[in-house]
Amino acid sequence: MTEKRPPLLQLTDIAKSFGAVHALRSGQLELQAGEIHALAGENGAGKSTLMNIIDGILQPDSGTIRIDGQPVQIDGPATAQRLGIGFVHQEIALCADISVAENIFMAQTARSRSRLMGGPDLIARAAEVLAPLADIDPRIPAGRLSISQQQLVEIAKALTLDCRILILDEPTAALTDHEAQKLFSIMRELVARGIGIIYISHRMAEIFQNCDRVTVMRDGQHIRTDRTADITPADVVNAMVGRQLDALYPPKLAGPRGPEIFSATGLTDKRYRDVSFSVHKGEILGFAGLIGAGRSEIARGVTRLEGNARGQVRLHGAELTLRDYADCIAQGIVYLSEDRKGDGVFLDMAIAANIAALDLSRVAGKGGVIDTARETAQAQRIGESLRLKAASMAHRVSSLSGGNQQKVALAKLLAVEPKVIFLDEPTRGVDVGAKAEIHSILRGLAESGVGVVVISSEMPELIGLCDRVLVVSEGRITGELAGPTLTETNIMTLAAPGAIAGAMALSGTMQ
Amino acid sequence: MTSTTQDRSLLSRLFGARETGLVLIILTLFVIMSFASPHFLTWTNMRAMTMAFSVEAIVVVGMTILLISGGIDLSVGSVTALAMVIAGLLFLNGVDPWIASLIAIAACAGIGAIMGFFVTYVGLHHFIVTLAAMVIARGLCLLGTGGRPLGLFELPESFKWIGIGSIGVIPVAIVIFVVVVVVFDFLLRRTTAFRLVYYTGSNEKAAAYSGIRTKRVIFLTTVLCSTLCGVAGIIYMARFGSAQPTFGVGMELNVIAAAVIGGASLSGGKGTIFGAILGAILLSLVSSSLALLNVSVYWQDIIRGSILLAAVTFDHYLVKRQAAGGRA
Repeated sequence: MTEKRPPLLQLTDIAKSFGAVHALRSGQLELQAGEIHALAGENGAGKSTLMNIIDGILQPDSGTIRIDGQPVQIDGPATAQRLGIGFVHQEIALCADISVAENIFMAQTARSRSRLMGGPDLIARAAEVLAPLADIDPRIPAGRLSISQQQLVEIAKALTLDCRILILDEPTAALTDHEAQKLFSIMRELVARGIGIIYISHRMAEIFQNCDRVTVMRDGQHIRTDRTADITPADVVNAMVGRQLDALYPPKLAGPRGPEIFSATGLTDKRYRDVSFSVHKGEILGFAGLIGAGRSEIARGVTRLEGNARGQVRLHGAELTLRDYADCIAQGIVYLSEDRKGDGVFLDMAIAANIAALDLSRVAGKGGVIDTARETAQAQRIGESLRLKAASMAHRVSSLSGGNQQKVALAKLLAVEPKVIFLDEPTRGVDVGAKAEIHSILRGLAESGVGVVVISSEMPELIGLCDRVLVVSEGRITGELAGPTLTETNIMTLAAPGAIAGAMALSGTMQ
Repeated sequence: MTSTTQDRSLLSRLFGARETGLVLIILTLFVIMSFASPHFLTWTNMRAMTMAFSVEAIVVVGMTILLISGGIDLSVGSVTALAMVIAGLLFLNGVDPWIASLIAIAACAGIGAIMGFFVTYVGLHHFIVTLAAMVIARGLCLLGTGGRPLGLFELPESFKWIGIGSIGVIPVAIVIFVVVVVVFDFLLRRTTAFRLVYYTGSNEKAAAYSGIRTKRVIFLTTVLCSTLCGVAGIIYMARFGSAQPTFGVGMELNVIAAAVIGGASLSGGKGTIFGAILGAILLSLVSSSLALLNVSVYWQDIIRGSILLAAVTFDHYLVKRQAAGGRA
């Protein structure tokens, strides 16, 4: 890009260490006004550190930051705000008990000296900001919104700040495709007004569809910056991991699937009606649908983690009576939560203790006394098979990266040698390398005869990983896609609210 | 794994950083006091000091387990007194003291069960439920006794033995305390049943998502804490030869402080029996040292409060440093 105007934001040779850890060695980034600039890199590559420096949360050890060509010192988030920098963090930080409107205008309220918290005016302004993003009532407390709605409120919050530079850190991680599309159209409006957007994402499709340029970081260093039109997703992925990845997804099931392992018939509860499905040996079954469509609720209903579902459940043909999740575990039916930190792992407990949690009797001797050597050995054995990177099984899970934490969550389930495994967003918040590893682990499980059911909001994941995908819309299964019919368009058609009619239309073309 | 690293991990398992630090502080205080007061390092003082905290330490055990599960119990002082009052009243009405004691302990367990019911099945917070129980149990004590201590002069010597007797030179109360501590320390460190307490306290939702019946765990730890209060109350009764309806006011603060100084966290999932007992020893040592040095009793509270604050501050920085260092 050769322009006469200096770049909107320019970072050169930024370095930052925490003790002996060099989080950034030579961070570089150049953002032009009116562009969406993707920032890609694995977890730990230094993206977050670089962004925290732009937002003034961290101070660089060396290097310069220029805005409109002028060197600036950003000594805190307040300064960053004054310079027109808005930052939507990946972690949601809303006050759960106050209204959406008050959350959105929190920053202004903190700055203003005169006004009381406004009533109708505030709500009207909040509604105005929210309207293009989602149908959210600004009067209700933020804590009552779903994760994806909360994410959208965070974005709305940043949009009210009149910023010139907007940083979005994995904003679509919790969003459905539909919501993500709305976000992208808003982003395009913003850049048309001359705002520069830094967009952090792991998803290649999003980067290549929506961003003008992409900068790749690895090990705290700037690796390359290119126009997305000039390179391929494979180039970016290879630059991120620093080696050639053969394929993002493992090969699918070749040949016919095996006999049925698990089936559910006529499952009905508050959030879903008459849901039936079966999982066969060797295949990976996917569940697609918008967030809130009932996919997770079905999985948690089958495993008795929530609700009180009616309907039949069969394992290897035999009907089961399951009272609670402990019963399910005893039968070998397990569930991986979508919210890893919230309910997937015990962050402040040892890795070995985490992995043993589902069935302590496997590591205990007579009289229920835990054999620590067996506990460690179990963790090492399963950890090795998942290529879990940890110095010691006695370390806390909080000391691991996101991808390795997810492997611990998975290892917890594998420790009970499950027969059927439900995985809700198995690669959320996991970097590209670990993602490919988890996918090949899942394929390996399916091949070894475990029934694998994957719930995902990421279409490429469903299409790349699963042999067969069931689409859920408004609590009902609206269609089954496999082979050539397994496409994004078909999933979208079936997932849209009111898709029952759409399914009829589609079934004609799907023969 | 080489044998040295194994030794080290074994040592650190038995003797975590927290415990090692507390032992060092206690030893230092011990040495200083031995020089500062001629009455400190005497058999009488040692015996009195150990007796003083040994019974309360049983309550500390119950509280620590409850704190690890994520709960808290403000009613421990009142429930301890209630055990005394129930057993005392039954005894005065002709019931055998041992049977009266068992009934009293069962009644305490019942109070724990009622609190546990409100916490787990109604869904109220431990703090509020046990606050209410604290007031109600105290009210029951006063109601049953008319507010005056019950003199239990007829208690047989064989029963008083658990409070004031000795096995050889070692007071029975201390033997009971050591047995309770060793047994529960082992249970908590090594058994599957008590590991569930750590899982539940560390992250209740993750525990539920691991198939753990968390309500049952929280219910049972609440019952256990009250039951141990009952046991402590009976030993106190045997020691005093009376049932005192106003006994144990403020005990909950002391007990929670001991557990927290010993490494337990009010947010659950953390703590050891051994650490909590060291915390209790430290607090007791400080109290009796100050008394021996003729420091005003009012200063004692101030100093104990400061120790608690120092311990929690130390913890906070330790956690922050661990987080920054990226490993635990």
